Amino acid sequence: MLKVDNINVYYGAIHAIKDVSFEVQEGEIVTLIGANGAGKSTILKTISGLLHTRTGSIHYEGKDLKGIAPHNIVKMGVAHVPEGRRMFSRMTVEENLQMGAFTQPAASVADSLENVYSRFPRLKERRKQVAGTLSGGEQQMLAMGRALMSKPKLMMMDEPSMGLAPILVEQIFDIIKELNQAGSTILLVEQNALMALSVANRGYVLETGRIVLSASAKDLLNNDSVKKAYLGG
Amino acid sequence: MSFLSYLINGISLGSIYAIIALGYTMVYGIAKMLNFAHGDVIMVGAYVCFFAVTRFSLPPVVGVLLAMVVCTLLGMLIERLAYKPLRSAPSLAVLITAIGMSYFLQNSAQLLWTSNPKVFSSVVGNGALKLFDGQLSISYVTIVTIIICFAIIALLLFIVQNTKMGKAMRACSEDKGAAMLMGINVNTTISFTFAIGSALAAIAGVLLCSAYPTLMPTTGSLPGIKAFTAAVFGGIGSIPGAFLGGILLGVIEIFAKAYISTQLSDAIVFAVLILVLVIKPTGLLGHEIHEKV
Repeated sequence: MLKVDNINVYYGAIHAIKDVSFEVQEGEIVTLIGANGAGKSTILKTISGLLHTRTGSIHYEGKDLKGIAPHNIVKMGVAHVPEGRRMFSRMTVEENLQMGAFTQPAASVADSLENVYSRFPRLKERRKQVAGTLSGGEQQMLAMGRALMSKPKLMMMDEPSMGLAPILVEQIFDIIKELNQAGSTILLVEQNALMALSVANRGYVLETGRIVLSASAKDLLNNDSVKKAYLGG
Repeated sequence: MSFLSYLINGISLGSIYAIIALGYTMVYGIAKMLNFAHGDVIMVGAYVCFFAVTRFSLPPVVGVLLAMVVCTLLGMLIERLAYKPLRSAPSLAVLITAIGMSYFLQNSAQLLWTSNPKVFSSVVGNGALKLFDGQLSISYVTIVTIIICFAIIALLLFIVQNTKMGKAMRACSEDKGAAMLMGINVNTTISFTFAIGSALAAIAGVLLCSAYPTLMPTTGSLPGIKAFTAAVFGGIGSIPGAFLGGILLGVIEIFAKAYISTQLSDAIVFAVLILVLVIKPTGLLGHEIHEKV
């Protein structure tokens, strides 16, 4: 479904992503794990068109994404839940969700809203509330709900567990599993490697802009160097 | 009675400032830049209406509509050619470009239409409404200006709160990156914002020259600066703020002229602005800007 082939991405003179290649098959949960600054978010931003590759290519459903503007990539069915959630904090919960459906025909928005509200009843309770006043967990739900409003085929999530209490982290990962079972393909970026690998089919380990290891999630969980570096021994 | 008359004239002048301030504040809110050429778009609008009515003998309403169309296109063209290439440039570069664009428009107007003042004939008609046995006289221009300003504010608030494009504008003003990830075309949204602001500038230009009928290439310059002040005064980025700031600025200016000193009126206006910004740096209705970490 998604094929990233040998991409190199620069921030000015800084070589952030070095010869990175990976794939996501339809129906999979694939995770990119790695420390802060390894380039995980940069990769997602490059796929959604916010950043550009210098060399290499990204194909989504067989189409080269080079030169396609971010808003058109969303239209093709790629949703990106950004790091830090990036709510429209002065808009209400419902308006945030409506923004997520920006690419969708107006007639389908009500159905999508109901769908998101049934998955996240908490958001329905707070539909008229301004998003900036939500708790961290609610904001993450809103960010995920907002992405679902675009009816994505591929959902990319950047650090969904960041800043959340452990019980909420579990809840968020349960939702990720549910979304996947409901048919979404998921590309997950996480610092919480243990959680990410426990839900994923496959994983890639990223170090300073390079993929150093790739294997099934199960194998990565049992890999000694992964254990030492990312799973706390 | 003179107090009431000053107040109404102040609100009317303030309405013009408010309409201009809306253009500054919306563009600032969405593109995060100060479009100092905005004042000169007003002047272009007034010239278009002037020639349409005097040279081509078109009805004033057609003149205004024509001015709106020309200014809308001009505003979008300015954005496309001068500002869009600088989307990721430092804000100082954009500011200097905007000032350059302002001089470019003024000088082009001078070349095209000379610097001789033109006498603008009001599009509203010169009559006045007489109240209280003729003790209070309010010109039709004054009344029409106030009504148009209120109608514009109501329409804009409706667009921004309820339409898809309006919501896209609010999304872009909060977070352009996140807006792109929603599938919003940020370039189109910015272009649309310039279009609205410039159409409003045309209306302001015609109203301004109907009330103060001297039209020159520099006509838009001072009202532009004052309206910018009004936008800051009310809280830049806020539509109700531009409205409030504009009206207050107009009223303060007219009262200062009437009761204190005509020569000092502008100094007084700016002194009030400084005072407000010292007490509330975000302006009257401005949002606190939270730096994201």
